[in-house]
Amino acid sequence: MTTALLARPTLAHLDWLEAEAIHILREVAGQCANPALLFSGGKDSICLLRLAEKAFRPGRFPFPLLHIDTGHNYDEVIAFRDRRAAELGERLIVRTLADSMARGSVVLRTPDESRNKHQSVTLLEAIEEFEFDACIGGARRDEEKARAKERIFSFRDAFGQWDPKNQRPELWDLYNARAHRGENIRVFPISNWTELDVWQYIEREQLELPSIYFAHPRPVVRRNGLLQPVTPLTPARDGDRVETLSVRFRTVGDITCTAPVESAAAGVAAIIAETATTTITERGATRLDDQTSDASMEQRKKEGYF
Amino acid sequence: MSAPEHLPDADNGLLRFLTCGSVDDGKSTLIGRLLYDTKAILADTLHAMARTSQKRGLDAVDLSLLTDGLQAEREQGITIDVAYRYFSTGTRKYIIADAPGHEQYTRNMVTAASSADLAVILIDARRGVLTQTKRHSTIAHLMGIPHLVVAVNKMDLVGYERAVFEKICADYRDFAAKVGIADVCFIPISALAGDMIVDRGERLGWYSGPTLLDLLETAVGAPAAHGAPFRFPVQYVCRPQRADDPLLHDYRGFMGRIESGEIAVGDAVTVLPAGRTTRIKDIQVAGVSQPLAIAEQSVTLLLEDDIDISRGDMIARSGALPQTRQAVRANLCWLSETPLDPRRRYLIRHTTRETQARLASIDSRLDIASLAHEAAAGLAMNDIAQVSFRLAQPIFADAYAENRATGAFIVIDAATNNTVGAGMVI
Ligand SMILES: Nc1nc2c(ncn2[C@@H]2O[C@H](COP(=O)(O)OP(=O)(O)O)[C@@H](O)[C@H]2O)c(=O)[nH]1
Repeated sequence: MTTALLARPTLAHLDWLEAEAIHILREVAGQCANPALLFSGGKDSICLLRLAEKAFRPGRFPFPLLHIDTGHNYDEVIAFRDRRAAELGERLIVRTLADSMARGSVVLRTPDESRNKHQSVTLLEAIEEFEFDACIGGARRDEEKARAKERIFSFRDAFGQWDPKNQRPELWDLYNARAHRGENIRVFPISNWTELDVWQYIEREQLELPSIYFAHPRPVVRRNGLLQPVTPLTPARDGDRVETLSVRFRTVGDITCTAPVESAAAGVAAIIAETATTTITERGATRLDDQTSDASMEQRKKEGYF
Repeated sequence: MSAPEHLPDADNGLLRFLTCGSVDDGKSTLIGRLLYDTKAILADTLHAMARTSQKRGLDAVDLSLLTDGLQAEREQGITIDVAYRYFSTGTRKYIIADAPGHEQYTRNMVTAASSADLAVILIDARRGVLTQTKRHSTIAHLMGIPHLVVAVNKMDLVGYERAVFEKICADYRDFAAKVGIADVCFIPISALAGDMIVDRGERLGWYSGPTLLDLLETAVGAPAAHGAPFRFPVQYVCRPQRADDPLLHDYRGFMGRIESGEIAVGDAVTVLPAGRTTRIKDIQVAGVSQPLAIAEQSVTLLLEDDIDISRGDMIARSGALPQTRQAVRANLCWLSETPLDPRRRYLIRHTTRETQARLASIDSRLDIASLAHEAAAGLAMNDIAQVSFRLAQPIFADAYAENRATGAFIVIDAATNNTVGAGMVI
């Protein structure tokens, strides 16, 4: 036993991150009465599902999967979402922005406005409907400056608001998920992962991803230094020059605000090679709605954004 | 900020460290420099930094902007909380806890220090060892951080003089001996010029020790976790009870993370509080059986005997058990703006256990300026004191100095649910 320990006294970095995430998921199960795991079909939440399998099998997940569907998702992603939930045999709850619009709780200023920021409303409605006391999400601290200080167990008040000045100190690995009725905890098990860690994990675990993560030809126009996909929701404007390029998506989200990057990477290994040498941060390259201001993410989080 | 990390050739795991210093000692610049010189800053981030530097009328890119965080802080121009940064060198992944230097923020440093394997303590070469340095070092020591590195910064402003550096080392050693800090390394650096951070630079030829990055690359992560006896707080019990699968019908897996030590199939263990002993039948990681497991791994344990075990119980190596305590003496750092109130109901969360607690006494308070222990009637935010609690249920604890994971607890205000204290069992 000691020889094995001397040869390998500590865990490799992915093993450490995995063990931490499993520990966090089990704390949610141990401390919260009615949690949910947010599953979008995106790569970060796909990692969460694998981590949940590792945390809870041979038992069932102690939470349902929840997707807040903006209605502006790529079909491939939605099909993947449904298939993955079925394969796992776990319950998937879908709540749509369209429901909120029908109820009148979401009002778009213009029909083609980005629906991303309105997701918070539908999420809060789902939290209320199912009385979820915790929502597990795949956000990472390295995504954005305002996330660098986010807790792993992040407290939201009854309005779903995140107050950067009123977060609980988080020490050791002792998490405090206590909340009063109506309050909510958001939990981020892969807080400490970088984009590269996620890709390395996907490779190691041979996780299947929606096809739009890999290079494919797609008609796009160049706008503000970013590629804008040409889709029925985001048609080319007069004067736009439509090109068909080999692109892949680094995040999947609302069609109207998620830009692909030019890439020839057809597989995970090629994506890792690109990620390891990439010169643009994930959100900078791909979020059309984050560009407005340095503080825009923080603003949205205060409003209840995930 | 996603880092364009190099791919690990040999994976030397992960190291968590913390930087501390007074305001303007160069903490943000140092972190920026580490990220910049290990190529962890990406083009768009650099671009945004350049824009902001320009707006503020600076001619060079201000590396400290990288660690700039939330709106409110930007308005005040200070960091007010703990922020986490990531970089990788190809052999190791790093998590930096960026704790603010302002003196009223003891609580933030305590928070950042709780999970750190190493602390970098910054000293301005022109100012030498300050009260603030002593405070930070004392907290780092109290929090059980295994490695302390004193980085004497702004060497460029003292002409890279060896004598200045050595005087500061001597002063620090005097202080360290008094508080019982044994293991310290000293490095002369210039965060601004980049000397002795990642590259050696040209101007510190008289210094032959390692660069800061060399030290980080070779420091042993979480040594205590691996040296201490086996501790396994049960987080969750898995009982699938699936009638369709006879193998799973009687399955009872105890899920948790090995907080310290290691365990092998066949090892004798004792379950607390029941006190029953049994042996390890199987160790599973994601459904796959393994002959042994080590500290920091999340696993599922199956036991030879059918023992009633639930969340909050502790499985430990027979013959090397933690102490069962219903009264604890501890060092306590108060984290809340609301002072400690002996009439209030508090909860203590220790490993996966939670119990009601009553303050029995405040034995002494540490004057963080003079480092003297003095009598105290109450505790306010940022105070550190020796206290005694009485507990409604026992906890299974080790002294924090011997085992951080089983010596640590948090105090929760039962009325607000806020985390209000950080405790370390004496
Ligand atoms: N000359 C010199 N200036 C430095 C050095 N490190 C930091 N500074 C400057 O000291 C000031 C404070 O640095 P900053 O990193 O913001 O300090 P913090 O408050 O500890 O984060 C800034 O103007 C830096 O440019 C150094 O090694 N040499």
